[in-house]
Amino acid sequence: MSQSPLLSVENLAFERDDSCLFDAIDLTVNGGDILQIEGANGSGKTTLLRLLTGALQPSAGSINYLGCNIADCRYDYFANMLYIGHQPAVKLNLTAEENLRWMVANAAQSNQISISDALTEVGLAGYSDIPCYTLSAGQHRRVALARLLISEARLWYLDEPFTAIDKQGVQLLHSCLQQHVSRGGLVVLSTHQDLALNNVRKYNLLARTEHIA
Amino acid sequence: MKVFSNWQWFHRLGSPRWFYQTTGRWLPWLSVATLLVLIIGLVWGLAYAPADAKQGNSFRIIYIHVPASFLALAGYYIMAIAGAVGLIWRMKLSFMVMKAAAPIGAVLTFIALFTGAVWGKPTWGTYWVWDARITSMLILLFLYAGVMSLQYAYHSVDAASKAGAILALVGTVNIPIIYKSVDWWYTLHQPATIKLTSAPSMHPDMFQPLLVMILGFYLFYALVLILNTRSEILRRERKTGWVRELAQSKSGFDARAGD
Amino acid sequence: MARQMNSGFSAWLRRDLLLAYRRRGEVASPVLFFVMVSTLIPLGLTPESARLAEVAAGMIWVIALLATLLSVDGLFASDYQDGSLEQMLLTPQLLPLPVLGKITAHWLTTGLPLTLVSPLLGLMLSLPGAGYIPLICSLALGTACLSFLGAVGAALTVSLRKGGLLLTLLVMPLYMPVVIFGTATVNYAIDGFNWLPPLAILGALFAAAVALCPLAVAGALRVTASN
Repeated sequence: MSQSPLLSVENLAFERDDSCLFDAIDLTVNGGDILQIEGANGSGKTTLLRLLTGALQPSAGSINYLGCNIADCRYDYFANMLYIGHQPAVKLNLTAEENLRWMVANAAQSNQISISDALTEVGLAGYSDIPCYTLSAGQHRRVALARLLISEARLWYLDEPFTAIDKQGVQLLHSCLQQHVSRGGLVVLSTHQDLALNNVRKYNLLARTEHIA
Repeated sequence: MKVFSNWQWFHRLGSPRWFYQTTGRWLPWLSVATLLVLIIGLVWGLAYAPADAKQGNSFRIIYIHVPASFLALAGYYIMAIAGAVGLIWRMKLSFMVMKAAAPIGAVLTFIALFTGAVWGKPTWGTYWVWDARITSMLILLFLYAGVMSLQYAYHSVDAASKAGAILALVGTVNIPIIYKSVDWWYTLHQPATIKLTSAPSMHPDMFQPLLVMILGFYLFYALVLILNTRSEILRRERKTGWVRELAQSKSGFDARAGD
Repeated sequence: MARQMNSGFSAWLRRDLLLAYRRRGEVASPVLFFVMVSTLIPLGLTPESARLAEVAAGMIWVIALLATLLSVDGLFASDYQDGSLEQMLLTPQLLPLPVLGKITAHWLTTGLPLTLVSPLLGLMLSLPGAGYIPLICSLALGTACLSFLGAVGAALTVSLRKGGLLLTLLVMPLYMPVVIFGTATVNYAIDGFNWLPPLAILGALFAAAVALCPLAVAGALRVTASN
């Protein structure tokens, strides 16, 4: 126990207006881990992810990044975190490239992959200067996925990342995740799909049980 | 798990329960004191204070108008401070006080405006003039309306409290600016025919009952605020153990009384 | 790995300006509103230029206020719907700075055009000649105040389904000092007084708004986003 885990959750509870969504959640996630959150609709998968991002305040318990409560090291934490939610945050009036440039400008760090390379890799090569309202929902997701290629963040939180993308896209996302964890990154994601990756930890939000797929 | 979350409730919300029980003991004394002071003030002001040389008996409305205006403004600050305490220390009780204070302040502001209009008719010959104080009062009423409607618009109690508190704080910063600017605007446009009687030159015989009435209004405000907060506590804590017990014991008592 | 040091101000400012450029039609509508409503005034009041001149400054100011109020509703709405607001709350910058960027972009696309069009309205409502420069100066400063205060209301109501009308209720009382000093600046000039003091007060209000409103907006966004 010389080093604190990258992300640890202790005794986390969340209640909204008198109704308790979940409580007593304990999790430890280290670099190289993929944690898949499972649970029926309405079990609080999105809420848990949003708690992890710090957008929601837990009603009890704590979320720690490298042993430090995220409320106390918020900017350090945000600089190392990437969150893609239900909405891909793609502006319809901007082109794919402009969208991506703005998303990258918000991040604290990015690697050397250029924006146009990233777009090529996610299969949007010919679309970079077309306004996004002409693209499909799946292509919007791909714009957001291009962020993953550029991002240097160690913690990835992905809410239903497989929604609306095709087979190729699923494969691409898999290789993205694989690469990320092999570099020591961490992924927490919610999806009903079975991941074709090794050592995926599955956490069931209703039963509070964890098993390795 | 149920027991666990009940304990959590107890820890975090121990203070609303404490507030409810403590104020329950104060209520009888406070109500008697309020009633007494208000009756003394009213009888003194309406029956024994001398009539005004120019305005005759119509001036006596100040015994309602002035204390109501006092508390209308003070009430906004009480509301905003309660909201700030809630935001800073995350105290749920404080948000309940804020929620309870808003309608009281709004009603007092309305009373101040209404009595002002009633007073204006015999004094200025019209119900409404764009006087600096009246205009400021009207804007204060709008500010109260904003905080209240914002709180009602949210489904989530927590978000409603915090949003209301932020708006109340923004309003607090603005109130001195609004008052000063309206004063300045009024001196710019002041018609020579309208002039308010100035309060400081009041005769002591008239002024003393006014002080009593102001004290009475403060007591009344405290009483209503406590009552309103208590009902807000019961509403928001209806699922906790102690409120359920309270409800059961009360209904059991009523049932026995009915027999 | 390149570490980018930015405040988030310029990224959001540039993005919102680009978005406004792509939606030029929407940006033009406050200005059209401004012009159209002022044609109603002679119709409803009188076409006599002497009587119009008396109310011109106040009318132009009130219409400018309403035009800003209409546009400020959309400040955070589309960002809330498509998830970019969520991303904004998670950026490693101090939240008031991206907020400041967005408000600046809002002023550049509504307040500034209104200010530039205002001499035309002055002409239509027979504003006396001495009033034009004070009108432009007071509108430039005043509409900026309106954008900042309006942003607070927009942030507080962004997650509500019918927030638009509520927004006007929340913000209108806060706008009153701005209108008072704005019209006073113009009327002072028309009456031949030194119009700099009320303009200076508008400047002070603007400074206070720049300092405080982004903080309130940031706090409000954190509250409403968690709703």
